[in-house]
Amino acid sequence: MRLIVHNMLTCNIKGVINKFPLRIEAEKVIKKEVDFNPDFLRHMLAKIEWKALVDGARSMGYTELPDHAPDTERVESDESFLKKFHHALLELHLEEGSLVCQETGRKFPVDKGVPNMVLREDEV
Amino acid sequence: MSSRPELQAPPEIFYDDKEARKYTSSSRNLEIQARLSERTLELLDLPEDDVPRLLLDIGCGSGLSGETISESGHRWIGLDISASMLNVAMEREVEGDLLLGDMGQVCLSFFNIYCGWWIFCNRYIHYLQGLGLRTGVIDGVISISAIQWLCNADKSSHEPRLRLKAFFGSLYRCLSRGAKAVFQMYPENMAQLELILSQAQHAGFSGGLQVDYSNSSKKKKEFLVLSCGSVPTSINYGHKDSCSDDDDSEDDEENGMVYVSDRNMPRKKQRTNNNKRKGGREWVLSKKEQSRRKGNDVPTDSKYTARKRKARF
Repeated sequence: MRLIVHNMLTCNIKGVINKFPLRIEAEKVIKKEVDFNPDFLRHMLAKIEWKALVDGARSMGYTELPDHAPDTERVESDESFLKKFHHALLELHLEEGSLVCQETGRKFPVDKGVPNMVLREDEV
Repeated sequence: MSSRPELQAPPEIFYDDKEARKYTSSSRNLEIQARLSERTLELLDLPEDDVPRLLLDIGCGSGLSGETISESGHRWIGLDISASMLNVAMEREVEGDLLLGDMGQVCLSFFNIYCGWWIFCNRYIHYLQGLGLRTGVIDGVISISAIQWLCNADKSSHEPRLRLKAFFGSLYRCLSRGAKAVFQMYPENMAQLELILSQAQHAGFSGGLQVDYSNSSKKKKEFLVLSCGSVPTSINYGHKDSCSDDDDSEDDEENGMVYVSDRNMPRKKQRTNNNKRKGGREWVLSKKEQSRRKGNDVPTDSKYTARKRKARF
């Protein structure tokens, strides 16, 4: 599971208010190279919740991201920032671990890189 | 005619390891899925500005449709309920991100409301969760042969109307303004199709049904094309192939559901040819003439040619 997905996932349990972001408990993280595409990164920058990305990257062991994303004008020229953003967003993979709902504590296990978001029928 | 998979068992049970492998190794199936995915992506009508988008593949299965998305340069997140199918996708090392989840997740909760007949009516109060994605993050949705699974009531919490409601509601929220969702589907009957369309409409979608090859029951393919938001999406990007006759109908973005016309040529009118009816005198004479032109030895025509013989003859 990449951080790009983690940045979109919310807790699906009924009645939960603080459903985003899910806290990452990483057990196994691997790095897979992905082609660098600045157009895509700029497109995604507008949608990404920056704090969730930074926290997520930290729990996977990557601390290079700045605390605040630079403005869109500066992003065009800042190649080193884009490279870090690219690495955090697309190249870090959570293979084993879990995603934890901040409000209920419910753990969504991540197995072989695939998070299991299926709720049980009796889940309240 | 073999029964469709969705009539046999719920998807997470039907698509076990063996079935998942069979599905993914059949070359005919691979070809069909690739073609359907390409057409679906075409209908999604993403801007051609070389900026990769983030798409959602509902019912991604073993990643066949996902591969088509990757090939077209976009990134995708795939959702499926069958762990076996996702395992195959992982083996094939697809570029997208996979999620194990239920697209129409509905949870039951028992409420004891102590006021007479309400106990019987409102015993089960359903909470609609659906997808579980943040608002406005997805640029487009495709789904190949998946949403008809929502129409089966497999578990007690699975009333189709509610599952569809949960699904379309959560889908509408996670799409960005102007984004489209295209579902290739096999509706079982008109009632199922109307149910799906009405739930989509209630969720706020506008759009309609695109039918390819509507006059061939074997080749016919149906695509539900939904769009989100009031951005006018006139089709002014040139369609690469020759189906220009259905562009106008896709422009209809009023909130009603419209049925879109055929993609291919209208059915040719059958010509009735009373003069040259097979077996008649005219036909025999013309056939004889044809044979003469070829140079064969043909008996001369007379009043006896092609005369009706007695039954005993």
